[in-house]
Amino acid sequence: MSAVTARRADVGRSRAWMGTMGWGVLAWVLAIAFFLPVLWMAITAFKPESAAETWPPKFVFSPTLAEFRLVLSGAGPYLTHSLVATVGSTILVLILGVPAAYALSAHPIRRWRDGLFFFISTKMLPIVAAIGPLYVLALRTHLLDSTTLLIILYTAMNLPLAIWMIRSFMLEVPGELLEAARLDGAGRFREMTSVILPVISPGLVSTALICVIFAWNELFLALNLTVTSAATLPMYLISSVPQEGLYIAHLSAAALVASVPVIIVGWIAQRSLVRGLSMGAIK
Amino acid sequence: MAVLDKVAVTSSEEIIPRGFSTRERWVRRLPLLPALIYVIVVTQIPFVVTVYYSFQSYFWDTPAPAHFTGFSNYSAVFTNPAFRGALVKSVIMTASAVIVAMILGVVFALLLDRKFLGRGVVRTLIITPFLVMPAAAALVWSGPMLDPNFGLLNYLLVPFGVHHVAWLSTHPLGSVIVVMIWQWTPFMTLIVLAGLQSQPSDVLEAAKVDGAGALATFRELTLPHLRPYVELGVLLGSIYLVNAFDQVELMTKGGPGTTTTNIPFYLYQQVNNAFDIGGAAAAGVVTVILTIIVATFALRMFAKVFQFEEAKG
Repeated sequence: MSAVTARRADVGRSRAWMGTMGWGVLAWVLAIAFFLPVLWMAITAFKPESAAETWPPKFVFSPTLAEFRLVLSGAGPYLTHSLVATVGSTILVLILGVPAAYALSAHPIRRWRDGLFFFISTKMLPIVAAIGPLYVLALRTHLLDSTTLLIILYTAMNLPLAIWMIRSFMLEVPGELLEAARLDGAGRFREMTSVILPVISPGLVSTALICVIFAWNELFLALNLTVTSAATLPMYLISSVPQEGLYIAHLSAAALVASVPVIIVGWIAQRSLVRGLSMGAIK
Repeated sequence: MAVLDKVAVTSSEEIIPRGFSTRERWVRRLPLLPALIYVIVVTQIPFVVTVYYSFQSYFWDTPAPAHFTGFSNYSAVFTNPAFRGALVKSVIMTASAVIVAMILGVVFALLLDRKFLGRGVVRTLIITPFLVMPAAAALVWSGPMLDPNFGLLNYLLVPFGVHHVAWLSTHPLGSVIVVMIWQWTPFMTLIVLAGLQSQPSDVLEAAKVDGAGALATFRELTLPHLRPYVELGVLLGSIYLVNAFDQVELMTKGGPGTTTTNIPFYLYQQVNNAFDIGGAAAAGVVTVILTIIVATFALRMFAKVFQFEEAKG
């Protein structure tokens, strides 16, 4: 190889490297700008209230956990209600969703396509349109302001999504496995519980995580249908905004506490997030 | 994934779906029934009751029981400019938030599709806004971020000659939409990124060998390939954003005036402030009918976008 071509290749490589660097820097800058509100929320949460509402905004201050202590001291019941509603509804979604997904994939009913579309069409109906009657129904059935009501509604909210998602995982179960089980004389029930379920368990975990995210963050139904005995964390968060006085640090601490569980769940489940959000359409 | 199909075809009973015995048909249906009945009961009954109340005059704050009023609730909805206004606001909010979030999503996805130092961290930073509780996002934006006196945004904009803008009162609609965009861009990014990464690399390689420029490759190969992913993102984003309530309630309370009152907030007000169950129900029914019209198109698009893995057998 002559010296000239070698040098040319060198120049090309370093230009390519510069290009990569450039894109990388751009990506970092945009990502940090995009993340800034979350960062600012976290920073403000550690400020004493007097340092939170200043002009210019303070970037150097002595951090304190005072607001967190205050937030956590009152969060108990709300946290419990959120946990009960989220975990309860997610379990119910899986109990109902797994058999339904099975009936739409492994040994599908004749009109499985209609079934799938019925479920997804319920997600398009605006629940807000029925909020008044929903209140009346909850009142009549003595379910108003109960975590049971939230579990029932959050299950209905997440079930269509979960069925689509679980079905997409079931379709990936190798056919040989099912065939082998059938030759061993496994019935439908055993096929589902001891062949399909173990194989799709990672998929079930990501389905559950998606359901947890939506149930944990839900505000509209909780705000309309609960008062005290079932009020969830988003409602606690709203109540941290007083009519007067300084509250920005307190608000930020409450917002951080309320958001952190789902942020961590989402970070862990990053890889399956796309699949869940596209309801199984994207692998 | 067509793996299941192989099994389905090998077993003779499953070649002709119409040949199922009655028993077989019920064995297949049985696992579906609990979920089906559950969803019908929980999601359809409230709407049936909504239709009933839409023909009743029923106010929370009066002791008078509900009574039949015919179509008067409906004529009130159609003559009420507030409902039409809310409808327009809903369309503006959803459309602009979805479109801008998608454009930003494509930009982020293109960046994340390249190799660079710390790509995993950048990806994590970008998806985080989607995970923040919407109520928290709305409150953090309206306070620490957008406050006219101590908000971070005004501080960052000082070099550009911006001084203490009260964003929520001077640009209420824009502020609400910005928060929606901020929360939904990660969603679009992830979907478009999945599309980019599913692009067959040999095709791109061939284009390069043929001497196609980066821009030409993007326009001729990447964009057409991304189309179903973009459609899916727009569709799903719209389903969620058309119901957006948290941002409106917590940032502007629908105001000033009715500048940010969308349909969800309007219906909420009808029930909680006007105590008008009948009127809200009628407005709800009209909303549902409009949604069904839009959803029919959306569902058709859905069927097209989702490459259906045929579950034969």
